[in-house]
Amino acid sequence: MSETHADATPRRQFLKYAAGVLSVTVAPSVLLHTFATAESSEPVSAQRRWGLLIDTSKCANCSACVTACQQENGLSSEVNDTVAQWIRKVELQQPDTGKVTSLPMLCQHCQQPPCVDVCPTGASFQRADGIVLVDKHICIGCRYCMMACPYKARSFIHEPLTEQKAHAPRGKGTVESCTLCVHRVDAGELPACVSACGESGNKAMLFGDLNDANSPIAQRLKTEASTALRADLRLQPNVRYQGI
Amino acid sequence: MSSVTYHKLAGQSVRFYALLLLLASMLGGGLFSAWQMEHHGHIITGMNNHIVWGMPHIFAIFLILAASGVLNVASVSVIFGKEIYKPLSRLSGLLAISLLIGGLSILVLDLGRPDRLIVAMTHYNFTSIFTWNILLYNGFIAIVLVYLWFMMERRMQPYYPLAGKIAFVWRLVLTTGTGSIFGFLIAREPYGTALLAPLFIALSLVFGKAVFLLILMSSCYGGQRELNQRVIIRLKNLLAMFSVTALYLVVVYFLTFAYFEEQRGVVRFFLFEGGVYTALFWLGQIGLGVLLPLFLLYHPRLGQQLRVITLASVCIVVGGLIQLYVLIIGGQAFPLDTFSGMQVLSSSFGDGQVHAYSPSLWELSLGAGGVALALLIALLAMRIFDILPACVSEEQIPTF
Repeated sequence: MSETHADATPRRQFLKYAAGVLSVTVAPSVLLHTFATAESSEPVSAQRRWGLLIDTSKCANCSACVTACQQENGLSSEVNDTVAQWIRKVELQQPDTGKVTSLPMLCQHCQQPPCVDVCPTGASFQRADGIVLVDKHICIGCRYCMMACPYKARSFIHEPLTEQKAHAPRGKGTVESCTLCVHRVDAGELPACVSACGESGNKAMLFGDLNDANSPIAQRLKTEASTALRADLRLQPNVRYQGI
Repeated sequence: MSSVTYHKLAGQSVRFYALLLLLASMLGGGLFSAWQMEHHGHIITGMNNHIVWGMPHIFAIFLILAASGVLNVASVSVIFGKEIYKPLSRLSGLLAISLLIGGLSILVLDLGRPDRLIVAMTHYNFTSIFTWNILLYNGFIAIVLVYLWFMMERRMQPYYPLAGKIAFVWRLVLTTGTGSIFGFLIAREPYGTALLAPLFIALSLVFGKAVFLLILMSSCYGGQRELNQRVIIRLKNLLAMFSVTALYLVVVYFLTFAYFEEQRGVVRFFLFEGGVYTALFWLGQIGLGVLLPLFLLYHPRLGQQLRVITLASVCIVVGGLIQLYVLIIGGQAFPLDTFSGMQVLSSSFGDGQVHAYSPSLWELSLGAGGVALALLIALLAMRIFDILPACVSEEQIPTF
């Protein structure tokens, strides 16, 4: 028995240590997961309207937002006419004054999105919180939304893809665009481009709830001038720019 | 005209089987292209993220427009009481269906996910003009089938004019819908005009008439039937008139852009500075597609010769395809005005640039396959059913 008892002690100790290690390593993940699940289990409601304010005067000659988007969503960094680009840097010049502006261009998540209007199957849709997405299960790849978008925000997947991210499923023959990192937003995080812009020190992108009058983005929009691209089309984009 | 007798197409000739084989081969090539595109993706085509609709759409829209226009022959008979065209009504209805099926097949096979056709048939978004077009196209096929049945079934003869009138109205709405696919695109300057709907109606009449003339004349070539030259002359006069109408609408289209300072870029691009699109516009669309055929058709001596009418019809078909190329490809190549008033210095996604496009053989083959399918359906139907009128002698034709 003593032998057995002696054998049992290390086993008990092992279980004790294992429980300790588990509680240190797994528990936070479980807790985080629970937090994330709690966030995402909240129904998406129109009480929130996610938006972006981009201050082009702070947008330096960097492409941290583009790189972050590619890494976060499993996009290729290659640049050609058939590769998807969810966000791109564009350099503009005022012809009269010569002023040069650099800005990131992405889906403007319009409140009146023409891509949603023209989609024959309803694959292009707008969530209650304003994020415009493509349901990859019912997109037939007609590309009418690409014809309708005045911002060239959408890309068509021209060839089979590998190494996709589980949170950003993509498929050959369907159309896609910036999701505003909906998987992160639903988990209470910032979109990858906004995080990267902040980490780069430029802090040109401000993300938040446009319906919350006390949110920093709503406050800034209330007190500072901003521009909607192609405002003449009255699509009411949730992405606005300053300094152009 | 009740004495009109209809024949099947003589199918014992080498010529018939050679044509059948040619069309079947083209259809096979088109299906093979579609399979390649489905397998490898659209990377093998010339289409990209900037020119998202390419050659397949040009063929498809040509066939869809021609399908609507080709029914005009039957409509003129039933709506305007022109009995001279009544013997041709069956052929008119048959071609309307076959051309539409050919055009729609191209569109479906060009989809990124053609396997999801069932999704397009079960999920409808009624704010989309595409959805309305799906219903209009399917409805058109159903209505013209009934129309054909009423025409060919003696018991249903009393109802045939009513079916003809419904088909006439339906096809006007259908072509309005096809034009509106582009007309509702506010993002792209060359498209965002309601004028595209009447322009497409006029184009459908031109394309439909030219295709009808070509097929009618081909169906008599080498057969036992003889052409009634008076009918052909009347049809070619209509063709010329429709061609002038379409040209007029093209002029009005550009005048509306020229009137507004901020839209003059469209006029400059297509008429003067658009490189290949400007060349295609003047030489192909206007020169080959309108001026040359009009000269041939209105020439007092040449315009009476069947061979010249055939040549003019071919010019109109080729010019029409070029016209759609200029509008559809050129319209996408024209840079989007995303950053109004700003000059784009650099962009990784082609902002502010005129986009390049080189159609691939796969696209051409898919388009040609759709044309072949349309003709194959028409050919087989003409072989199986009594579609073609026997030669109508001059004495039997009432004068107007």
